[in-house]
Order: sequence, then C-alpha cells, then structure tokens
Amino acid sequence: MAHLLYLLYLLLYIFIIYGDPMHIMEGFLPAIWCIVWFAISIPVIALGIYKLNKLVKEKREILPLLAVAGAFIFVLSSLKMPSVTGSCSHPTGTGIGAIMFGPAITAVLSTIVLIYQALFLAHGGLTTLGANVFSMGIVGPVVSYLIYKAGMKAKLNFYLVVFLAATFGDWATYIVTSTELALAFPAGNVLSVAGFLSSFSKFVAIFAITQVPLAIIEGAVSALLFKYVIEVKSDILVEMKVLEDSVVRKIRGLSA
Amino acid sequence: MSRKLELIVLAILLIFVAQFIYVSSTTNAEYGGADDKPEGVIEEITGGTYKPIAEPIWEPPSGEIESLLFALQAAIGAGVIGYFFGYYRAKKNYENKLGYKGKSKPEGDRHSL
Repeated sequence: MAHLLYLLYLLLYIFIIYGDPMHIMEGFLPAIWCIVWFAISIPVIALGIYKLNKLVKEKREILPLLAVAGAFIFVLSSLKMPSVTGSCSHPTGTGIGAIMFGPAITAVLSTIVLIYQALFLAHGGLTTLGANVFSMGIVGPVVSYLIYKAGMKAKLNFYLVVFLAATFGDWATYIVTSTELALAFPAGNVLSVAGFLSSFSKFVAIFAITQVPLAIIEGAVSALLFKYVIEVKSDILVEMKVLEDSVVRKIRGLSA
Repeated sequence: MSRKLELIVLAILLIFVAQFIYVSSTTNAEYGGADDKPEGVIEEITGGTYKPIAEPIWEPPSGEIESLLFALQAAIGAGVIGYFFGYYRAKKNYENKLGYKGKSKPEGDRHSL
C-alpha cells in the first residue's frame, strides 16, 4: 500500500511537471470517462475529415493555408512558457484554424498534434485523447469561431476580433479540461452538483492564473499571423468567406 | 506600411518577459507547475485511492530527449509556416513586378463552402 501511494505520488508529480492544464495525462481519467469523451469527439473528427476532403477536392489552392494553420498549432503547442504562477503551460494555437476552416477541420488538425505529443512526448495520452480532443480540438475552436463571427458581425476591428477569438478559445480549452477532471473526480467521489463544483473550483484555481497570460499572448500572436496572411493571400480568405472584401480593403487602407 | 500591430504584440511580449524576470528573481518558483496548489488535487479529492488506468507507452528517457522532441515539433511547424509565407511573398512580389496580376486570379467557385 505504501508503495502504491508512493507510485501515485510519483505519477502525480510527473503529471504536474510534465502534464499541464491543456492535456489530461495518460491514465488520469477513469475508463468510463475516456469512453464518453471519445464518443463525443469521434463524430466531430469524422465530420472534420469529411469536410477536409471536400474542401481540398474543391479548392486545392487552400492546401498551403491549411498547412500553415496546422503548423501554427504545432509550434504554439510545443512552446511551454513560464507564467505568473511560477508554473509552465503552453498555448493551443487553434484559433487560426478555427477562424479559417471552422471547428470541425481544426479538430482534425488538433488530433494530429495530440497524437504526436501522446506518442513521442508522454504528453497527454491515448486513453485521454478523446477528452483532450474535446477540450483543445472542439470546444476551444468552437468558442473562437463563434466569437470571430459575432465580432465581425458587430464590425469590430478585425485584429481585435482575432485576438479575442484566439484568447477566449484558449481559455475555453482549460475550462473544459477542468470540467472533464472535475466530472471524473468530483469531491466525495460521488458525482453531484456540489461535488462537481467543489472539484471544478480546485482545478480551475490551479489553471486559471497560469493560463491567463498565455492566452493573451496566443491571441496577440494569432492576430499578427493573420496580418501576414492578409498581406500575402487575402483573396483566398475572401473566397472562403472568412473575410469580406470590404474588410480587406479597409485593413489594407489602414496598413498600406 | 503600418507596424502598429507589431508594436502592440511586442509590448505584450515585453510585459510577459518582465513579469517572468520579476517573478523568477523574487521567488524561487520552479517553473514546473510544481507549486503547492495543484500538487495532489486528484489525490486530495479521491483520498489517494485513484490509480491511473494506463501509462504512457513510451516516455522520453530524459529531459534532454523531451526537449529535443519538443524542439523538433516547433521546428517542423516553423519550417512549414516560413516556407509558405516565403512562397506567397515571392509570388506576390513577382506578380506585381511582371504584371501577371490579372492572369493569376484563381477562378472563384461560389458554390463551395
């Protein structure tokens, strides 16, 4: 028993050192919850693969942009950054993909990154892949996408909208991760509203402060990347109905 | 060309760096996430009874190997981004210079998406 506790302590320690708010560590969800999150995530990934195939078939010229959106997730999710709390975490980078291609395709891109990290970095895990795809690949991008659409409809400054979309997408991801952990580990070991809220507040308290500055940086860098995409390739964004022609002209007018 | 956005992003990054320098020099934070708060939350909630249902198939044997793989991940991503931005930039540049602009406009398919 003492050995077991020591092992558990060791694993938790590894979880805290190498694990991070974004990904739930391998094995750290009971089997039933692994199945639940897979059951929710798999249809979205399937829809994403379908949409991706359709899009690539119809518009081959979007492939480079797709590669850039995927690569952005690759880069940002590899950057473990120190935060105000004295602990490290990393951004998600999913905002760009969500704005350009929508949440379903972004879920596919995120899944690729999550599998890479689960296999080669012991970061996240295969059993928790469904849960991690749900938080990073689905809810985060959905939030980014909705904020982007709402912001553009409200005719706010384009870069501000991208910033807000990416920042809140990042925050949403960690809130969902906290929710997933709290559902699996409610206080008192029985899933009740009070037990859930008690655990949720604990997980959020750890991750909230750490993630806030990183989310802001993610938002800022995403806005900057979008600026460069517009500079070199705005026609394709207009064609994909990500941006209206008038907005592009306005941005160009301001930055030219 | 306006560099306003670049300046704003730079300012945000500088605030972040300043914060890091301040926190890391005034506290002995470990920057592993190993502060007291998150430690043992699952253990605390479950009373130490939870046993992970699986372990990673493979773990990087050391911190060096792990950072190698993280760096590789970032390098692949940065390479792809740099390649396509360079490609588009040069393409646009030559299109403007050689006056290909009209010809190279892709045919928009309004029915898709």
